[in-house]
Amino acid sequence: MKLLTHNVLSSKCLKGVSVGYPLRLNATDIKVVDVDYNSEFVSRMIPKINYSALYDAAQSIGHLNGLPDAVVDDFESNEDFLKAVHHVLLEVDIVSGDLECPESGRKFPITRGIPNMLVNENEVNEINGSNGYNN
Amino acid sequence: MTSVRRPEHLAPPEVFYNDTEAKKYSQNSRIIEIQEQMSERALELLTLPEDEPCYVLDIGCGSGLSGSVLDEQGHFWVGVDISSAMLDVAQDREVEGDLILGDMGEGMPFRAGTFDGAISISALQWLCNADKTHHNPVKRLYKFFSTLNACLSRTGRAVFQFYPENSNQVELITSQAMKAGFYGGVVVDYPNSTKAKKFFLVLMTGGNMPLPKALGTDGESSSVAYSKKRELDRARGSKGKSLKNSREWILEKKERRRRQGRNTRADTKYTGRKRSGRF
Repeated sequence: MKLLTHNVLSSKCLKGVSVGYPLRLNATDIKVVDVDYNSEFVSRMIPKINYSALYDAAQSIGHLNGLPDAVVDDFESNEDFLKAVHHVLLEVDIVSGDLECPESGRKFPITRGIPNMLVNENEVNEINGSNGYNN
Repeated sequence: MTSVRRPEHLAPPEVFYNDTEAKKYSQNSRIIEIQEQMSERALELLTLPEDEPCYVLDIGCGSGLSGSVLDEQGHFWVGVDISSAMLDVAQDREVEGDLILGDMGEGMPFRAGTFDGAISISALQWLCNADKTHHNPVKRLYKFFSTLNACLSRTGRAVFQFYPENSNQVELITSQAMKAGFYGGVVVDYPNSTKAKKFFLVLMTGGNMPLPKALGTDGESSSVAYSKKRELDRARGSKGKSLKNSREWILEKKERRRRQGRNTRADTKYTGRKRSGRF
């Protein structure tokens, strides 16, 4: 699982969890893979991702690799910064470990790089169908 | 038409797509070809901005065949599937996208506004079945669509290729999608062909726009092409009642009366026969 996926996952479908983000990352096995660098995609994703969550996650598993703690102003043209983000977002691969919901402490195991987000029937957030909102 | 039983009726998806079934999706060239063609068409209907690498969600990604099509077009993707056997095959194929084990009916576990689009090939019909006692298809569909709506960007679309069992299923799925705030509808490609006919549910987030044109319609309206023939065939089959006043119908009725403990004449060769002309 890439840190990009960690950055977009949330556990808000659990009962009694309102934000469920960011999930705490505990990694026991990490692999660094080579992914083709695509500056356009990285610069498109930077405004979308939660940068501080990415920074914290990378720091917690010790794979910062010189990532600055905040987005630089000229990120679209700053090649060094984009490459650093690219490495952390796409090349750091968590093979095993778990994700932990920050509110309920529920753990989602990661095996063979695949997080298991299945929940039991009694953990699912009941939906309110009448107003069309999920709460 | 021979009645091939639908996989949804055999077992829940996480059981049906076991190691043997999953293997077909990496070895059977026909399955691979069909899956890729449908993925290409779904991607075409998705109308992502051109020449821009997008972040796409693949629901029911399976062994990642649809993901390969996304890779070819330079997009990045995340796949969700409920079958761990299928995901293992995907992992062995070393697909580019990330994989998540999850159930569509429990909602999509993503932050709001994450994806530029979503595609799904032959997965949606599984949601119409209640495989566990606590499953309620209507609620599961609504939960799925409302959480999907939240995790798409404001101009994002979702395209589902699916195999509806009957017109009620199409109605159920579209009504829940609309209730969850989507616009759009069903596009039927090649409506006049039994084999090439494909259903695509095209959902839009940012306001109503005209639906894309279906393939192979030649200007005819695609909405009437859906026939109830298949349902009727089935009604006459093993499950349904026999034709009224036929011998089978009489025998069934007598059997029912016997079970109720009522006085019933024995079945003979004369049962259900017409009287001869002498009467």
